[in-house]
Amino acid sequence: MKKTFLTAVTASAIALSSLFSVSAQAADYQIDTKGAHAFVQFKIQHLGYSWLLGRFNTFEGDFSYDQAAPEKSEIEIVIETASIDSNHAERDKHLKGSDFLDVKKFPKAVFKSTGFEVKDDNNAVVTGTFMLHGVKKTISFPVQKIGEGKDPWGGYRAGFEGKTTLKLADYGITYNLGPASANVEIHLYVEGIRK
Amino acid sequence: MVKNSKSSYGWAAIVLHWLMVVGVFFSFGLGLYMVELTYYDTWYRGSLELHKSLGLVLLFVWLIRVAWRLSNESPAMAGTVIEKKAAHTVHTLLYLLMLALMITGYLISTADGRSIEVFSLIEIPAMTSISFENQEDIAGDVHWVIAWSLMLMVALHALAAIKHQLVNKDGTLTKMIRPKAD
Repeated sequence: MKKTFLTAVTASAIALSSLFSVSAQAADYQIDTKGAHAFVQFKIQHLGYSWLLGRFNTFEGDFSYDQAAPEKSEIEIVIETASIDSNHAERDKHLKGSDFLDVKKFPKAVFKSTGFEVKDDNNAVVTGTFMLHGVKKTISFPVQKIGEGKDPWGGYRAGFEGKTTLKLADYGITYNLGPASANVEIHLYVEGIRK
Repeated sequence: MVKNSKSSYGWAAIVLHWLMVVGVFFSFGLGLYMVELTYYDTWYRGSLELHKSLGLVLLFVWLIRVAWRLSNESPAMAGTVIEKKAAHTVHTLLYLLMLALMITGYLISTADGRSIEVFSLIEIPAMTSISFENQEDIAGDVHWVIAWSLMLMVALHALAAIKHQLVNKDGTLTKMIRPKAD
């Protein structure tokens, strides 16, 4: 009787722990902004003669990705617009002002995926709503899986990159930077740590 | 005649005063104008260079002026006790606002550790040890508020001087135009 009880307890404990490990298997990742293994870069033409590069230093996000069911992937990323950094304080001040990002009025830019179209093992096209400068638009852009696996410190990581081009005027940013600078490229590099 | 006397300012104080009047008014107007210029305006960059250079020159003039003021007697003030107190307060505020204006301007441009070139002649380095988060934005907002506060004080100061000159006829304004022999 006692033995049976013990067996039952053990069995349910095993069942319970396997239940937990199943939920831990759920492929939810937190983007590793803490360790700065994620980058939101931008690139825009200067006068049509060269490139200007910058980045957003502060953002956070999550994604879910399961190799077995990649079409169910999701990503959400929230960028603090005031964290723009083009390595020049006077320019950053201008970019944060009402001529461009107007960060006091629009402190956040948010991308939230609505679809994930798998092309092959490592490539997909993500569709989602992007809100910038108070304007919400649906955009699609290709993403590539760079890799995934165990890290040396007991965690599990997966990384992606994606690139899209935005027309500034579509988001109500109409300051004239010249005809070559109407569009800005956004480069997204994210590494997630599995939760 | 160079130094101040009991009845009037000397040439040094007069020249310093009016130099700063011209410099401050011009910088204020330039500041309002240059932020409206767009990327393809020829003077888009030059206006800012001039504003920064002028600001730092004015800081230098400010230091000389305050040193001169402290090492020199000041002519007697006309008016009632309250008027004198008010005038003195406004004078102090004018000096402090000007200093704060130049410091905040300096903090905007040096927020990333860059130095400021004064008329392409000398470089004033950034003080990286006093930098703080969002420096260019905070300093920029404060710079704007101080600029308008200074203009308000200037208006008060000028109106009071004109009132004393024209209504009280006590020579308050002429004291700052031409030195008077004792």
